[in-house]
Amino acid sequence: MDFERLTFHEVTRNFGRRRALNRVSLSCRAGEMVALLGPNGAGKSTLLSIAATLLSPSSGTVQYGDRTARTGGAALRARIGFLAHDLFIYPELSAAENLRFFARLHGLADADSVVDAALGRAGLEDRRDDPVVSFSRGMRQRLAIERALLHEPRLVLLDEPFTGLDDAAVAATRARLRALRESGCIVLLTTHDLEIVEQLADRAVVLSGGRLNTIDGHGSGLRERYRQAASS
Amino acid sequence: MQRLFLPLTLLVAAMFAYAPVMIAQAPYESTMLLVQKIFYFHVPSWFVMFSGAFLCAGASVVYLAKGSRNADHYALTGAELAVVFGLMGLITGPLWARKAWGVWWEWDVKLTLALVVWLTFVAYLLLRRYGGPGSEKLAAGVGIFGAANIPFVYYSVNWWRTIHPKTTVVPTLRPGMRGTFWFCVAAFMLLMVLIVAVRVRLERQRALVDDVFLDLED
Amino acid sequence: MTFLRVVWLVMRKDLLVELRSREIVYTTMFFAVSCVLVFAFGFVREGQPMGDVGAGILWIAVAFSGTLALGRAFERERQSETLRALILAPVDRPALYVAKLLGVLLLMAAVEAIVVPLVALLFQAPLFRHLAMLLALLAAGTIGFTAVGTLFGAMLSRARSRDVLLPILLYPITVPVIIAGVRGTSALLQADPDPAVARAWLSLLVSFDVVFITLALWTFEPVMTD
Repeated sequence: MDFERLTFHEVTRNFGRRRALNRVSLSCRAGEMVALLGPNGAGKSTLLSIAATLLSPSSGTVQYGDRTARTGGAALRARIGFLAHDLFIYPELSAAENLRFFARLHGLADADSVVDAALGRAGLEDRRDDPVVSFSRGMRQRLAIERALLHEPRLVLLDEPFTGLDDAAVAATRARLRALRESGCIVLLTTHDLEIVEQLADRAVVLSGGRLNTIDGHGSGLRERYRQAASS
Repeated sequence: MQRLFLPLTLLVAAMFAYAPVMIAQAPYESTMLLVQKIFYFHVPSWFVMFSGAFLCAGASVVYLAKGSRNADHYALTGAELAVVFGLMGLITGPLWARKAWGVWWEWDVKLTLALVVWLTFVAYLLLRRYGGPGSEKLAAGVGIFGAANIPFVYYSVNWWRTIHPKTTVVPTLRPGMRGTFWFCVAAFMLLMVLIVAVRVRLERQRALVDDVFLDLED
Repeated sequence: MTFLRVVWLVMRKDLLVELRSREIVYTTMFFAVSCVLVFAFGFVREGQPMGDVGAGILWIAVAFSGTLALGRAFERERQSETLRALILAPVDRPALYVAKLLGVLLLMAAVEAIVVPLVALLFQAPLFRHLAMLLALLAAGTIGFTAVGTLFGAMLSRARSRDVLLPILLYPITVPVIIAGVRGTSALLQADPDPAVARAWLSLLVSFDVVFITLALWTFEPVMTD
């Protein structure tokens, strides 16, 4: 099952008496990278969780092509890769074991070679059998990124993917994301780093107090435009 | 329901006003005399409790299947009714037992079953109160499991008790008592309908206020 | 991905994680032993155990250790939010429930392997007279208790106040399991053992298991997805 477009239509999400998202409408197409900016608590993680089908909207719809989370079911989930703030890796297991588990869970043929390739890209081959609990934050982040992308998803959702990464890793990850976009994935990422947004994203949207504003991601003056959008 | 509300309230009030008269006029039970008359309020309390429990379970099924917020209101109301009227039953029961048979508590089937069901729905309410946002769905699971548990508790306590000697004997109803009894049952059930209507409406209003509050926050 | 394969994969992963630290296994076993000892001090008078307390203490130790094990197992999942990763995976959600259930059952089997001989020893309870029937009772009862506990534990991993809420929710629902387990075991331990009575209780336990596992399989997905 594949889809060309992710569409949020007037999505609202409440948590008890707190409104995390307020009539958010957003459309992303294949081969596009959208940066999601905004202050902490603005609802970015909630939006990503809804896109990942982990949460459902209180009102409004989310469509993947012409399907919803309900009609898409497991086949849809197989096309989504999600790097959350909590990294979704088991600290007691080794890097290789973590990847192998998720590879098998996704029913990937030839799990071992997939795992080897992923470890290579993350630069963790020499630490492959060490338990993740002994990894630094940056190493865990690299592993978590590979875990999210292991099954070659169509929709890639990344919550602050560059946290804890050194320059080399940032460059490698940037290249990876560019390659994903070139291959026709829909990439939606949140970040605080405006430089990355300028260099990488096609579009930038700002979530502030649950509301969404689009700003022009290219060219200088991004910081100023962002500040304006975030404070409105 | 709006139009029926006032007449229903008046009817229930009248029934409860008249009930003591009927109870006083009902014939004495042979062994327990006056004390037995607590039974006219005690048993209908249990009727309401179990009705509340099944209302909660049924509404919970609908809530999990369809996500209807209205169903959740009914589930909460059912649980509250079960706890409140269950508490009434659990208080009147030992009062009666103490006077009639000299013991405060008896591990017989009905009492134990009532206690377990009551505890289940107290837990339901605790979960809703302290579980944080999103606990409505979790509580729905508890409500369903609680109701499904009822036959199992009944049978297990029943078998448990048949091996030990029974000391309680629930009296059979003499003709003069039957009328009074069913009158009281009807009064309680109508009261329950009234309470459900009021409580669900209250929940709906509360949800409406929350929605308006959220909309206004913009 | 077949249902059974998913169950096997997740179970294997859980066992692997547990084997690395063995934390839950050791702590639960030790807890069960201390539980039995505390009851020993409570119910033994002048060096003689009172009545047939063996059956009751055995099942209480199982219930308490089970609650502890369930709490710990889901707390671990919650820390890395890995339960969400499993929900996100393109697998049948009920398979996750079954995998968790089997994992905790294995743990409980290990705990009971220690507790049963300990109770027999401390309370001079002839637990090994009708071993097959006793094991059947223990198995059916533990399955019932754990089936409900796994669902509630998974549910509560997203809630607040989860530590105290699990026993509050679990114990009223598992009252029939405790009654049936204790009465069935007592029937086997009494001076004139009555296997027929034990078999009757066993049938209650088995029907409880069937009903509640079915209910749990139905409600797991709607309850875990928000």
